[in-house]
Amino acid sequence: MAEISFWFVITMTILSAGIVVLSNQLIYSAMALLFTLFGVAGIYVFLWADFIAGVQFLVYIGGILVLIIFGIMLTNRISSVRLSQTNVQQGVGGAIGIWFFILISLVISKTPWLHADAVEPTGTVAGIGTLLLTKYLLPFEAISLLLLGALIGAALLSRKEN
Amino acid sequence: MHDLNTYLFVAAILFSFGVFGVMTRRNGIAILMSVELILNAANINFIAFSRFGGMNLDGHVFALLVIVLAAAEAAVALAIIINIYNNMNTINIDEASSMKE
Repeated sequence: MAEISFWFVITMTILSAGIVVLSNQLIYSAMALLFTLFGVAGIYVFLWADFIAGVQFLVYIGGILVLIIFGIMLTNRISSVRLSQTNVQQGVGGAIGIWFFILISLVISKTPWLHADAVEPTGTVAGIGTLLLTKYLLPFEAISLLLLGALIGAALLSRKEN
Repeated sequence: MHDLNTYLFVAAILFSFGVFGVMTRRNGIAILMSVELILNAANINFIAFSRFGGMNLDGHVFALLVIVLAAAEAAVALAIIINIYNNMNTINIDEASSMKE
């Protein structure tokens, strides 16, 4: 059962990621991105990362995807002539994409990765919280400063000039 | 259950799709979605190495930071794209190549 659901999640992720980059309609791409993000959250669950899966739901699906759909609705004229969504470099782009995949596949299969056995933890939240306030305190503070900067910058950029 | 390579291959496929999308899309928002695919691929790698490296939680912290960066990037990128749309009436990246009107 776990095996079937694992391969279902993997297939859903990859197929919908293909739709994201290949679909001709922007709103279809956004909907496919929803399924990709769901699939990635499922992969996190299979990797025992319960907290990251929750954050993926909250931030990616609840925040970023809604933002992207807002952007599509604000910038798409319904009456406009439908243009092709891709530029003329599709062949070159496909070649470079496949080249990247072959390169990464070679690296993955040739490298003798270290494996350390582990038991499934009962929860990761406490561990992540401890790490964030001890070992990674400086990155944590820096990223909160960056979020503040992004907030001010986005508000400044998108306000109406008068 | 599954070994590390399965997850790494899934991340590699997502990354290649993202690179393809960034290079071939002409719509700014579509490019942004492709960048999100690339960031998700990186996150899968972080979590997979964390899981198969003895359930080391450092990878989870890095994944968390990547998600926060993606949120900040999406907010600023959409503000820029809406500005481009207001000024040039298009979000086709190929046409919006001049720095000033």
